[in-house]
Order: sequence, then C-alpha cells, then structure tokens
Amino acid sequence: MEFFHKKTSYPFMGTRQRWYIVSAVLIVGALISFAVRGLNLGIDFTGGVVLELEFPQAADLDKVRGTLGSAGFAHAAVQSFGTSREVMVRLLPQKGEDTNKVAQNVLGAIKSYEPRVQLRRTEVVGPQVGAELANKGAMAILFTFLLILAYVAMRFQWKLGVGAIIAAMHDPVIIVGFFSWSQMTFDLPALAAVLAVIGYSLNDTVVVFDRIRERFLSLRKGTSAQVMDAAINETLSRTIMTHLTTMITIMSLLIFGGEVLRGFSVALAIGVVVGTYSSIYIASAIALDLKLTARDLLPVQKEKGAIDEMP
Amino acid sequence: MHSYPAWKIWLVSIVLLAGLVLALPNVFGEAPALQLSRNDRTAATDSGRAELVSALGAKGVTPEAAYLQGDRLVLRFQDVNDRLKARDILQEAVGKEYLIALSDVPRTPFWMRAVGLKPMSLGLDLRGGVYFLYEVDVQGAVKQLLAGMERDFRQLLRTERIPFTGVANDGVDTVRIQLRSGEDANRAAAALRKQDPNAQIDAASLTEGGSVTVKLRPEQVKQRQDFAIQQNITTLRNRVDELGVTEPIVARQGVDRIVVQLPGVQDPNEALRVLGATATLEFRLVDDQNDAQEAERSKRVPLGSKLYHRRQGGPVLLKREMIVSGEQLTDASSGFSEGQPAVFVKLDARGASQMLETTRQNLGRPMAVVFIEKKRIKPEQPCNGTRDGAECTVEEVISVATIRGVFGSNFQITGLMANEARELALLLRAGSLAAPLYIVEQRTIGPSLGQDNIDRGVRALIIGMLATFVWMVFYYRKFGLIADTVLLANVVLLTALLSMLQAALSLPGIAGIVLTVGMAVDANILIYERIREELRNGMSPHAAISAGFEKAFSSIADSNVTTLIAGIVLFTFGTGPVRGFAVVLSLGIVTSMFTALIGSRSLIHVIWGRRRKLERLSI
Repeated sequence: MEFFHKKTSYPFMGTRQRWYIVSAVLIVGALISFAVRGLNLGIDFTGGVVLELEFPQAADLDKVRGTLGSAGFAHAAVQSFGTSREVMVRLLPQKGEDTNKVAQNVLGAIKSYEPRVQLRRTEVVGPQVGAELANKGAMAILFTFLLILAYVAMRFQWKLGVGAIIAAMHDPVIIVGFFSWSQMTFDLPALAAVLAVIGYSLNDTVVVFDRIRERFLSLRKGTSAQVMDAAINETLSRTIMTHLTTMITIMSLLIFGGEVLRGFSVALAIGVVVGTYSSIYIASAIALDLKLTARDLLPVQKEKGAIDEMP
Repeated sequence: MHSYPAWKIWLVSIVLLAGLVLALPNVFGEAPALQLSRNDRTAATDSGRAELVSALGAKGVTPEAAYLQGDRLVLRFQDVNDRLKARDILQEAVGKEYLIALSDVPRTPFWMRAVGLKPMSLGLDLRGGVYFLYEVDVQGAVKQLLAGMERDFRQLLRTERIPFTGVANDGVDTVRIQLRSGEDANRAAAALRKQDPNAQIDAASLTEGGSVTVKLRPEQVKQRQDFAIQQNITTLRNRVDELGVTEPIVARQGVDRIVVQLPGVQDPNEALRVLGATATLEFRLVDDQNDAQEAERSKRVPLGSKLYHRRQGGPVLLKREMIVSGEQLTDASSGFSEGQPAVFVKLDARGASQMLETTRQNLGRPMAVVFIEKKRIKPEQPCNGTRDGAECTVEEVISVATIRGVFGSNFQITGLMANEARELALLLRAGSLAAPLYIVEQRTIGPSLGQDNIDRGVRALIIGMLATFVWMVFYYRKFGLIADTVLLANVVLLTALLSMLQAALSLPGIAGIVLTVGMAVDANILIYERIREELRNGMSPHAAISAGFEKAFSSIADSNVTTLIAGIVLFTFGTGPVRGFAVVLSLGIVTSMFTALIGSRSLIHVIWGRRRKLERLSI
C-alpha cells in the first residue's frame, strides 16, 4: 500500500504565513494559560504527600473528602484515579507539619471510615527535594537545547540550525500550554516525555533537512521555496508513516499503560503531532525566510568538481 | 545479484544468538522463595543447605530448588502456601541461626544461574517496596567534632595546669578558649600546637584576659562530613541487612543524601523503625516494695526508684541502680526457647559479673528490661518521651520477668511476641548512627500495584507491537514482514542488554521500550521509502535496495543522534524511574540502528540477494 501513488507536490512553503499565525496563536495561548493558570505540578516538583488507595467498592469521593476534612486535612485534593474504586489523595506541604506522619494519619482517617481500604502507593516528597527536582528538570531542558544547538550548528548551516531550534522550542511550549490549559498533573514522567519529544521533533526535522540539503546540491534549479517543497513532498510519506507507527505505540501506552503513565503518554502524543508539524512549517519555513539558498549549503572547502560526483 | 559481505551476516547471526541467550532468563518468571542468611554473618554452606532441605522434607515440604547465592541460601517453592509452611518450620528449627526473609526469585534453571545469566532487574515501581531518601545533617557531624575538641582542650588545659574561664565553639568551625591573661593564652596556644602542629591556632591578648581560637581547616570539615555520610551508609547497610531484604540498595546521592531502596517491604513504618532509631537496653530490678499506681497518682516517687511505663500501658517502679546497660551487650538474636519467642542476649565480662552478682542476691524477684529508643527528630515533630534538642528519648519497660536462676554472660528474655522478639533483637544489634539523618523523600509501592504496573506495561508493549506489525505488513508487504522481524530482534537485543547491565527496569522504562518500537521502525521506513523512490525512478530492484540503504544512512544517523542527546541529558539529570526511561531510550536507539542498518540488510540479502533475476519487489 502507498499513501501517494504519484509524486505529490503540495505547496507547503507557499502557505507558511498562514501556519505561522496558527503557531503564534497556539504559543501565545500557551503562554497566557501558563501565566494565568500556571501548571498543576505533581508532588515530584512541589513536595507533599500522595496516597493511592483502593476501595472494595466504588468510592464516595465526597465522603472521603468529608472524612479528611474533619481529620484536619481540609486541604487534601481527592480524586478518582483510573477506576472508580481507586482514589488518589494529594496534599501539598503545610508549614510546621511532619510530612512523614501525614501519610500515616490520612490513611488512619480513611481506614476509620472504610477499614477494608488498601494502600496501593504512597509518596512523600520534602519541599526541598521537590524544588531541586524542578530545578534539575529546568536544567535538563536547557542542556538538551544547548547540546542539540551545538550538534545542529556543527552538522547544518546556521539558517537551518535556527529553524531547527525554534521548532524544537515551539513543541515543548505547546505541550506545557496544554498541561496548563487542561490542568492535568505535570509530573516527572511528563517532563521526561517533553525531553523525548524534543529529541523526536528534531529527529523529524533532521530527516527533512537532510533531504533539503540533498535536493539543493543535486538539482539547483528553481527557487529555494520550490526546492524545499520538493524535498518535503519527497519525504512526506515517510513523515506520515513514522508519525503513524509512533502514534500507534503511544496510543497503546495511553490506553493500556494505566494512570501512572497518563501524563507521559499525553505529552508524547501531543509532542509527536506538533513535532511533525513543526519540522515542516516551522523549521523549514524559518530557514526559507532566512533566505536559505543553494549557495549556503555548498561545501566551502571543496572544489566544484567534487560536487558533481555526489549523487 | 548484489554483493554483500558475508561477515556482516555472520555478525548479525552471532549478535542475535548472543541476544537470545542473554534475553532467555526473562521468560521463566518468578517463584516465591525464602532467603536465609546466617545471623553470625558468616556465609551459608552447602551442608547447611542439605540440613535445611532435610528438615523441611521431614515435615513434608519439598522446595523446588535450593541453592547458595552469595552468602545466602535460597529456597524456592512451588507456591506461596508451601513457602509459608516452610517458613514456620524453619523459624522453629533454625530461627536462631538464620535470618529468614520472604522474596520472589527468578525461576531460571540451574545452568543459567551457574553461568551468571539473569533476568532484567525490576525497579521498585514494578516489584513493590519502599524508597527512602535521607539527608545527613553534615553540619551536625561537624558540631560533634567541635564538641569533641572542646572536651579534649579542657582535658589538655587541666593536665597542663593552665587556668581557663571557658571553652566554647561557634557550631561552624571554631573553638574559642577564654583565659585569665594574655600570657596564659600564649601558653595554651603553645600546648595546643604541640598536640596538633597543623591546626590553625590564634592567641589574642584582650583587655580582660586572653583568648585562643582554634579553627578547623576546610579539608578537615569536608573530611568529617564525608566520614559522617560514609558511616551512616555503613550503619544503614547493616540495618537493612538486619531487615532481611533481598537486593536492597543503599547508596550516596549527591553531597549529603543517601538513597535506601527496599524491594518487597510493604510497611514503611516498620522499616523506618529499624532504620531510623538507635536503641539500647537497661536491666533494672523492680521496686516491688512500693505501689507504682500510687506513685503515679501522687506524683511522689520513692527514693532510689524511678517511674517507668510499660509498652502495653501501666506504670512500673524500677530501682535507680542499673544492673547492666546496652553498652555491655555484645550480641542479641531472636529465636525460640521451649516453643516461646525469645531474645538471646550476650554480655561482656564486666556486664556478666554484675549480672551474676545481682541474680545471685535477688533470686525469685522481678527484673525489668527497659528499652530506650533515641530518635533524631526535627523541631516541629512531636516527641512522646523526653526531648533534648533534636533528640527524643523514649523509655519503655518491655518486659518484667522473674529471675529464675543465677546467670552471667548468656541469658534469654521471654514473654514477647515473635515479631517483637525479632524487632528487639534487630534494634539491639543495630548500633548507633554517626550524624543525624532526616527523611526528605519516601515512596511506597504496594505489591499489587507493582504487579499491575508490570501487567499494564507488558500489555501496552504487546498491543503496541502487534498493531505496528500488522500495519507494517499491510503497508510494505514482504518488506513489512522483514521490518517486523527486525523489530522483534530489536526488542530481544534491548532485553538482552538490559538483562546484562542489570539496570533497574521501571514503568517509564517499559514505556521506553514501547516508544522504541514505534521509533525504531522509523529507520526501516526511511530505507523502504528510499527504495520505493529509487524503484519509481526506474532503478532495478537490486540497485534500488543498495541505493535505498546507502542514501537513507545519513538521515538515520543524523536523526538518531538528536534523540540520543535527549536520552543522555535525561540520564544525567534524571533520577529513579526517569533514569530508567533514559537508559532504555538510549540503548533502544543503538540497537535499532544496528538491527535496521545491518540486520535488515542481511535479511534482505539472504532472501532476495541470491536471485539473479529479480523483477519486482514486494514493497
């Protein structure tokens, strides 16, 4: 089977202004949401206590909340987790409170109302550790960018490099924007997914760039936009195929991976969609608007004869 | 027919074969087991193994396998019931000699264990267990050092007969000695220099007397901090060993943190009690002439006695004179004495003679065991005993027993529950901690959640793989089948690498495998799309295959490097499960490049390469 029996010739570069606007709207929306609503950070980053409980029957969340409220944990966030029998209780750190004891007391309070409740998981993270993890996460993202920038700068011409980096920054902003808008918990696995997405998005960009470079070097006819369109069209079926296979596995994780991997899978799913889009409409388009021409990609040190030998 | 070097085919075959062998231990699953380690810390022996197996056999329980693993003895059972039966039998028979721990061990056959083949090691989120992150109060350790210096200086000044008005430290790095005169200060400084020529000593004449300051050098401070952490790690290791957990992890993290991972432990509070407290015992005679109830009510304690409380509740009056203290204890172990749980205690020579004297004079009178637990707590934590700064001391009478005979260095404490006896013996042996420890992170994963996580991860993996397989065959026909074969080989190789490295596999790690499947197929897609293109351009099938692989190479290499960078950064900055994900992601990239570039090429060569006439490709 093939998606395209004939060579496609979609004018990707011609419509790029329209997509710039779309991206700009998404990014501004993401930033506004981030500024207004903030992120619902997991206790990995904020510190605090999480308990995952399993009730023998569907849990009455209001009753759980009431029980905890009268036990002095009115600030506890109670929500169902996966199934209606599973309940997650989250408490942010309170001043002057022994976090190690909180988990025990919360469990005690709930047990007094439903003795058959089972403890599935507890996590107690000191506020200081949470702050450190958040710090480390930010550092990780920064370092990923720096290293990838160095790699792209070394491997490609700077106009392509700028395009690749802007595309790579574009993707995590939109993911984080989605987490902020939906108020889904942004936890450590979700952060790992964001970093994986930066890798994936660049992977996609690099494949397109490789073909753009190849096209520029072999057929130096037509405008830059035409050459780039040709390259993108040629890699289009690959882009779609890889996108689909990756999506298949991510959907499998999202559907069957359970609640723990929810944030991770959602971040990946958004990232793969946005990453595929951004490698065409952001990375390549920006390189074009930076006036990328065949001359930019000619190997400087080689004589003209060497180029003729290339495929 | 296109030429293809035969060595590549051999390489692929050998790597794949090795991968299959290394990955094989993962298919056997796990079985319930008991792990026994000797209480005296010596290695278990083969004869010990035979002895235990025959002891079990006599009661009709046969272990599925019994073997030595390091210093431990592993007994594997068919099911959980057999294991519980065996545990009871062994506890009764050899509970004094061995520490018995429940665990699950891989069901790998003997020959695999013999050559060191192991299945992947599972992280805490998959097998259940507790995780603690401790922070060592390194400043506290330095304060201890300063306090020690203070004592030494007082001692030195006294022996040198130099009068002083005070010695104090600033809690950071300096000890200051106040003296009557500048002359005294110079004498003191000289004496101190003689004792430690490297010390930073400054003498000063003041209007009212003189002073000497001794400052610690930065490397001394650092050395002391490192030592405190190292000693804490050693103590925690010993205590973890006492808990009988299999494959625990106790490791330093960063400057002042210690990670403790205890797979299989379900109650974090029990683990914390053993890990976090120092305990000692005191043996005291009971004051049976006065009424304890009365003393508590009137708050008037008779002279020479002290009021204590029993662990089970209720006051007890004990004599102020102590018979023996915990420092004189040389060993303690739990076991059974005449069918009853007991703690066996050994005393040193001085303790033994005191005990002998007391028991001889007080035969038939009650003696109490006072359990004194010292916990380091943070200021905001409550203490249900007496508080001294950060130290909370809880004194409880854990047993009152009548002295039934005259004894010296060896005796037993009975009247406890089996688990109490075990815990008491543990705590007694566990020594003391060097610097205060605080818990800053604590995670518990219940065993059912661990199993659920495995099930979910594996289900997502299988369904994701199947869907990808079907889709690839649908889209690329026979070449899709090749991609699927290669993908399977990739998962086998990844499993082999993970088993070989023994890096803990977490749920995000499994997610990494799933993601790798989706991304690894990208290399194949790049190649196949290239082949199709070349075919469309009118190349012959063989030439198209060659050109497809050649031209796709730079894209595959370039694009994988970026993901690898993300993987390496994640590994560097991540901890725990995220690190597992990074390992899997990075390894997956390496294996997928190998299988897609060399593996699938070889396979294609074997299938189509030898045909002279190849009209069309099924792609």
